[in-house]
Amino acid sequence: MPPDADAVVDLHDVVATLGQFPALSGATMRVETGEIVLLRGPNGAGKTTLLRLCAGLVPVVRGTALVLGHDLSVDRDRVRSHVGLLGHQNGLYADLTVIENVRFWAATVGATDAEVASAMERMGVADRLASVSVSKLSAGQKRRTALAGLVARRARLWLLDEPHAGLDQRARDDLDNTLREAAAAGATVLVASHELDRAESLATRMVDIVAGRAESGGSR
Amino acid sequence: MSVARTAWLIARKDLRIEWKSRVITNQVVPFAGVTMVIFGFALDANTDVLELVAPGLVWLATMFSLLLLVQRNFSVEADDGALDAMRVAGVDARGIFFGKVIGLALQLLVLEVLLLFAAVVLYGETIRLDGAVLLVTTMISATCGLAAVGTLYGGLAAGSKGRETLLPLLTLPAVAPVLIGATRAVESALGTGVAELSDGWQWVSLLTVFAVAFGVGGSLAFGPLIDE
Repeated sequence: MPPDADAVVDLHDVVATLGQFPALSGATMRVETGEIVLLRGPNGAGKTTLLRLCAGLVPVVRGTALVLGHDLSVDRDRVRSHVGLLGHQNGLYADLTVIENVRFWAATVGATDAEVASAMERMGVADRLASVSVSKLSAGQKRRTALAGLVARRARLWLLDEPHAGLDQRARDDLDNTLREAAAAGATVLVASHELDRAESLATRMVDIVAGRAESGGSR
Repeated sequence: MSVARTAWLIARKDLRIEWKSRVITNQVVPFAGVTMVIFGFALDANTDVLELVAPGLVWLATMFSLLLLVQRNFSVEADDGALDAMRVAGVDARGIFFGKVIGLALQLLVLEVLLLFAAVVLYGETIRLDGAVLLVTTMISATCGLAAVGTLYGGLAAGSKGRETLLPLLTLPAVAPVLIGATRAVESALGTGVAELSDGWQWVSLLTVFAVAFGVGGSLAFGPLIDE
């Protein structure tokens, strides 16, 4: 299958290793703009590695990996500024306030104050929470602050690893709505999750990761 | 975004974090002060000896404090994965390096002024007006070198297991030339012992070369180091 330069993510027979351990062994997958794709699979299947590879953090050993039209083997620095990765950590500074954190991440791409305000509004961390130190936030509020940073950075590809972990019911609903809104606005979302009921209801398509290979898991 | 703008963004963020957390004023400055007092006890509070060795003690206390500052500087990045997030966001690694060097250097400069003041109060050291330019130049060049080394090895150790013990092991041998050069130059500036004022400038040259070498080398190596 030839690479598709129009796809947001186009992996063809990609092999990646973590040290000596083969984490992806011939993964092939294509993701189009506006999709919300759920990556399913047991622990150690390669879901996190696949997300980190798409973010340019894990090198491609073999195969072709195009993200946003850029070949990750030669051009991963150009991919990074358009990608937002939210893993098990939020990438926030505990001593700074919510607005200071979002402003910092927005400033890395030269976003305006209006964009910061809009992102915070969308994530529900404006007004009362804006001037609260991140160290005083709940897990859900921290997650929403990190997502506001992604929105303010105008990330085109969102890579989320267990995004619902540690969130209460309301925060999970808010997160899902945010992801649907982001996808409707043109962002593309890849989600790795073990909370299948919730994630399957969110995703437009499922991909099973089995022993480092991507297999179609069906659409909704 | 240019390297300079990125550096300014990172330095401003680091200084804001320190201003809010008050780690320097509440922990590092007291630690450095206690170190100076303990040096005094160790040398039996002999004023003649203390006056003679004061420049070296000031720089030793600075180096021990540097380790605390660097640990702190990178723990705020590592605690919630912010350094990784910056790399994913495509923030230029050279900008991150220079930003952290600037933030660290400014914190170190404040500390050095306080330590020099402590040497005057505790050890009876005197500061000569004719050595002021040499003193200030020495402090700036030595501080830039220390901040560059600290940032480089702080970044290297940040992703490692046992980073608390790895950092001093990597940093202290590397900053030994700064300890020697800065001590000799400050001795000249203060007229300690038989040191002449003019002798100090060759040490400032060494400190400048050291700072430039670690500044340039560090900026090039920092990206691959934190990517690993």
